[in-house]
Amino acid sequence: MAEKTQAAPIPMIEVEGLKKQYKLGQIGGGTLTHDLQSWWARLRGKEDPNTIVGTDTRLFGQTFMALNGVDMTVYKGEALGIIGRNGAGKSTLLKILSRITAPTAGEIRIRGRVASMLEVGTGFNNEMTGRENIYMNGAILGMTKAEVDQKLAQIIEFSECGDFIDTPVKRYSSGMFVKLAFAVAAHLDSDILVMDEVLAVGDMKFQQKCLGKMSDVANQDGRTVLYVSHNMSTIRQLCTRCVVLDKGRVLYDGEVEKAIAIYMNTTDVNLVHYDLAEVPRMNQSAGKRLRLQTLDFIGKESSVFADTEKLHIRITWRVSEPFAGIHMKMNLHARDSTPVGITHPVDIGAAQPGSLYTTDFVFDPALLGEGQYFFYLDIFDGSLAQAVCLDKPVSEFAFEVTSGDLSMPEWASGWGRIHFPPVTLLEG
Amino acid sequence: MAQHANSNQSPTPGWTTIIRPKTGWFDIDLEELWRYRDLVAMFVKRNFTVLYKQTILGPARILLNPLLTTVIFNIVFGNIAGISTDGVPAFLFYMAGNTVWTFFANCINNTANTFVANSQVFGKVYFPRLTMPLSQVLTSFLNFAIQCAMFVVFWVYFALTGAEIHLTLWVLYLPVLVLQTMLLGLGVGIVVSSLTTKYRDLAIAVGFGVQLWMYASPVVYPLSTLGNQPVLRTVVSLNPMTAPLEVFRLATLGTGTVSLGGLAYSLVFTLVALVLGVVLFSRVEKTFMDTV
Repeated sequence: MAEKTQAAPIPMIEVEGLKKQYKLGQIGGGTLTHDLQSWWARLRGKEDPNTIVGTDTRLFGQTFMALNGVDMTVYKGEALGIIGRNGAGKSTLLKILSRITAPTAGEIRIRGRVASMLEVGTGFNNEMTGRENIYMNGAILGMTKAEVDQKLAQIIEFSECGDFIDTPVKRYSSGMFVKLAFAVAAHLDSDILVMDEVLAVGDMKFQQKCLGKMSDVANQDGRTVLYVSHNMSTIRQLCTRCVVLDKGRVLYDGEVEKAIAIYMNTTDVNLVHYDLAEVPRMNQSAGKRLRLQTLDFIGKESSVFADTEKLHIRITWRVSEPFAGIHMKMNLHARDSTPVGITHPVDIGAAQPGSLYTTDFVFDPALLGEGQYFFYLDIFDGSLAQAVCLDKPVSEFAFEVTSGDLSMPEWASGWGRIHFPPVTLLEG
Repeated sequence: MAQHANSNQSPTPGWTTIIRPKTGWFDIDLEELWRYRDLVAMFVKRNFTVLYKQTILGPARILLNPLLTTVIFNIVFGNIAGISTDGVPAFLFYMAGNTVWTFFANCINNTANTFVANSQVFGKVYFPRLTMPLSQVLTSFLNFAIQCAMFVVFWVYFALTGAEIHLTLWVLYLPVLVLQTMLLGLGVGIVVSSLTTKYRDLAIAVGFGVQLWMYASPVVYPLSTLGNQPVLRTVVSLNPMTAPLEVFRLATLGTGTVSLGGLAYSLVFTLVALVLGVVLFSRVEKTFMDTV
């Protein structure tokens, strides 16, 4: 141990000038039929029937840098946290590190075997038993059958699924499924473990067990852990160093507490206008049949609100096909990304293709405690039970709530985010 | 994008993997593929498990499909159309052709949707992508082996009842034939799977294309019946599957039209298709997640 701390640390991962470029606009229709249709339409000078609504054709061929020159070195035995807002480049970095996609420029040098867990239970087959899936999952993660044989007892014990190990996993509860999947990945004989928020699942007790296991991996086994999360408390608990990514660059690289403080400040409460036509969407289908164009906080110079004030918000949007009813809800988060809640969906009306629609709405932050928040807008078709997402930009619409109410004590972080109306005293 | 330590491109000793932008045309790491052989075995096992557990007839399907197809070929092409079968029992003639063809068609059909069908898994974890199509052709090979066993049973029955069939020395060539058919199917399949990352609807066209291809192959007719039709004969001779089908029947039934030129052509075609497939596949595998 003494040698480890005194000798020069061994670099396990060196990232140098890493860039990843994505093309904006259309990347081909996806089917030969669509490409031919588009080509035929262009030939006749007509509008392309397959263009995403509201996109500016001038933007075609333009590019977006998901990573724009990232340099970092990760040393042996470190648990490095990577934090940043949505779209900062965290997932892209992990994808390149796990060799799921190739970078556009730059280089990553790795010493040893990488086990990446961007999802738990990748490749699990419902028809196969727990035991068969351990072998399957282990093989996908790069273990040989002999290695799995050797670890099998440990994996089963850690997963707490011993009694059901020869039952097809389709009969497992989601909790058991996750436990089994994590157990396989955690027992991999890898030098570097790359994890993407996999701890957001499972019950609290098991989460703690996973965190403990990961700390052991880094501290005792001297392996290296890279961990991406929105959950600052797990970052604090696990990581020895932390990197803040912002707009595809490294904003900060160093102490965990400092990194978290810097990350918190990347939320911009001075922004009152958002252009949404070109920002990425949360999923593939979003933004195709309906596309949000802009969002504005009306009548404000900054998005700081007293809790007695109301948020006046205006959105503009277009559709590419007629809709009878379109529903909208807000997904509220605190600035450290802890979910706060959602608003009850509202029907924002019917729409026809062609015109630009404007919708104004009011949100009352009266229930929110002091602090910074952001929300995502979620537009969907149908009722909540069988909703089809129409649009969901990755933009985080940030705002701050201040309290002028002197009868309220100063807000303590352990209280959560909501303050309810006072209780009603019953007469007599 | 990734070289191993023994690669001379490694700038510093000690690094095991270097991730770079995609470069080079033939970027397949065979050593790595070999290390993942257990994964290929797992995939083959899974493919079989799925076949058993999710169909009504289960494993019987493997034998029932070719049996019914043979019976139908026998009725339609033998009894109704009256196409010659070179003097061997029609039933065995069709079964021989169908067994080889089904093997080839399965190899293509099951590898053609590699990227699209597995995009969920490919998007979350890295393993050599070629393990997927390889496991598919190996699964097809196992099916073929089972169907061959059935063919042998019928062959023995017909031989005992005095049919005009006999083995020839070409039997010794059968391992090469099986390997070639598998590699041709793999090659064509991965060419298509690489193209389907851009054009999804191609996968549907493949099923239909393979069906049409069958009629351009001597499956339900012997090559010898085309003797007096030069155009048709040329078309069928350009088909790389013609030689394997004819050789298989020459080896097992004693009739078939085989020329060394045709055989060489078929082998070269296989090699070209395979190399082209692997090159395309290795181009696509590194960045296809960005477009799927």
